[in-house]
Amino acid sequence: MAEKVVEIRGLKKSFGDLKVLQGVDLDLFKEENLVVLGKSGSGKSVLIKIMVGLLKQDAGTMHVFGKEVSQLNSKQLNELRLKIGFSFQNSALYDSMTVKENLEFPLVRNVKNLTKGEIQKKIEGLLDSVGLPQTINQMPSELSGGQKKRIGVARTLILDPEIMLYDEPTAGLDPITCMDINNLINEVREQFKTTSIVITHDLTCAKVTGDRMAVLLDGQFKAVGTFNEVFADADDQRVKSFYDYNFIES
Amino acid sequence: MAEKSDERKPLLSKKIDKFFTGLADAWNFVRRFFQEVFLPPYEFKEVVHQCYRIGVESLPLISLTGFIVGIVFTNQSRPSLTEFGAASWLPSLISIAVVRAMGPLVTALIAAGKVGSSIGAEIGSMKVTEQIDAMEVSATNPFKFLVVTRVLATTFMIPILVMYTDFVALIGSFLNVNSNELVSLSTFFVQVFESISFLDIWSSVLKSLLFGFTIGIVGCYKGYNSSKGTEGVGRAANSAVVISMFLIFIEELLVLQIVNAIRGM
Repeated sequence: MAEKVVEIRGLKKSFGDLKVLQGVDLDLFKEENLVVLGKSGSGKSVLIKIMVGLLKQDAGTMHVFGKEVSQLNSKQLNELRLKIGFSFQNSALYDSMTVKENLEFPLVRNVKNLTKGEIQKKIEGLLDSVGLPQTINQMPSELSGGQKKRIGVARTLILDPEIMLYDEPTAGLDPITCMDINNLINEVREQFKTTSIVITHDLTCAKVTGDRMAVLLDGQFKAVGTFNEVFADADDQRVKSFYDYNFIES
Repeated sequence: MAEKSDERKPLLSKKIDKFFTGLADAWNFVRRFFQEVFLPPYEFKEVVHQCYRIGVESLPLISLTGFIVGIVFTNQSRPSLTEFGAASWLPSLISIAVVRAMGPLVTALIAAGKVGSSIGAEIGSMKVTEQIDAMEVSATNPFKFLVVTRVLATTFMIPILVMYTDFVALIGSFLNVNSNELVSLSTFFVQVFESISFLDIWSSVLKSLLFGFTIGIVGCYKGYNSSKGTEGVGRAANSAVVISMFLIFIEELLVLQIVNAIRGM
């Protein structure tokens, strides 16, 4: 059995009166791609934000590489964050910096003793990997939505993370660009041997990128398994309807 | 579907609760600045970049305003002094007014409008587009990179801008005095420097440091805590200006009392 890198037990999170996560249990194994599906506002992004310490859970545990995230001090949390790449829904590129500066920013602050040549080589290599070497001196405002997503992924990969978290990687993109991004997620996994969590409500993305699916409904995972296990054999009508809706939509 | 839990009742009224919570948040923000400013890593490059943005890019506006203030204030003061046969005191009056009050105040108010709003809007938009979160998850301290650098830059640059404004305003005043009273440059500046004391200059510099810190910290606080998308960014920029200006006037009043007390010793 593969090594467990994330273990979530009884995770709860509320925002004021709004209960978002209500006892989430989940395991993530090394080098697998897990897709978390759910409606908008169901708490999918909250789950991965707790994983990197951007939010704190109200109850339950979130162990990443055997460490409880909420118990880490800021130094330990930063050490953990270096092992996790977070690709944001809107790419979150620093809009006052060029593509090169965006990639350079986390690198120079976290990896010491790199020469200018090494930094340049690493940036160029990653831009090649995401298929956008020509954008190196462009500003984020000059890039298309798909290009921004790719640069966002490149920026997270610059620190050689072991876990990649993708927050709605295909949201707001046309079907062809969506497929490009899906392929990129698979390429990243193969090339960099990463473990991934993909947050989405796009079933095509889920099917193409995921080894396992987990459907988040009412603040809990109602179904976890392979695509066929979750949707073809679904007992829960709402899980089934999630599939039907996407099927009709596509 | 998300459930609703029992509603928590506010301790006093919602507005009073919100006011005191905001005050505590602001205090924690200021405290965090003083905790982080002395700890490595130091973002020198970004501080220099911000100093350039705040200082150099404000020069055209500051120059124009300072120059006009000098001319207008001289022109407006002349009739009153002439009435008492004291038109020759114009350089003294202008220098005291500009160095003690108008230079720092005018510069700080302009900087609050130009720099404070820009800091509030920039950090606010970074907040709502998750750029600050992106820094945090890449193990970089966004507070240090965004807040500490900008507050240091405003604190260092506003005193320099104030001295520059004082100089430009005095030049404007000289041109006016020279064309009306035919006073030479050396006579004008001899009178200027005879009228102002060491305490005037130091109180002006110290006051400007305080104004600069206020503009930076308020802009950053408002931006860092903005929410509700683009509407929140607009609000952050707007309230950064309004609150900075309000605090600058209060600080001016307090510093004036302290300096007057020292002068009276």
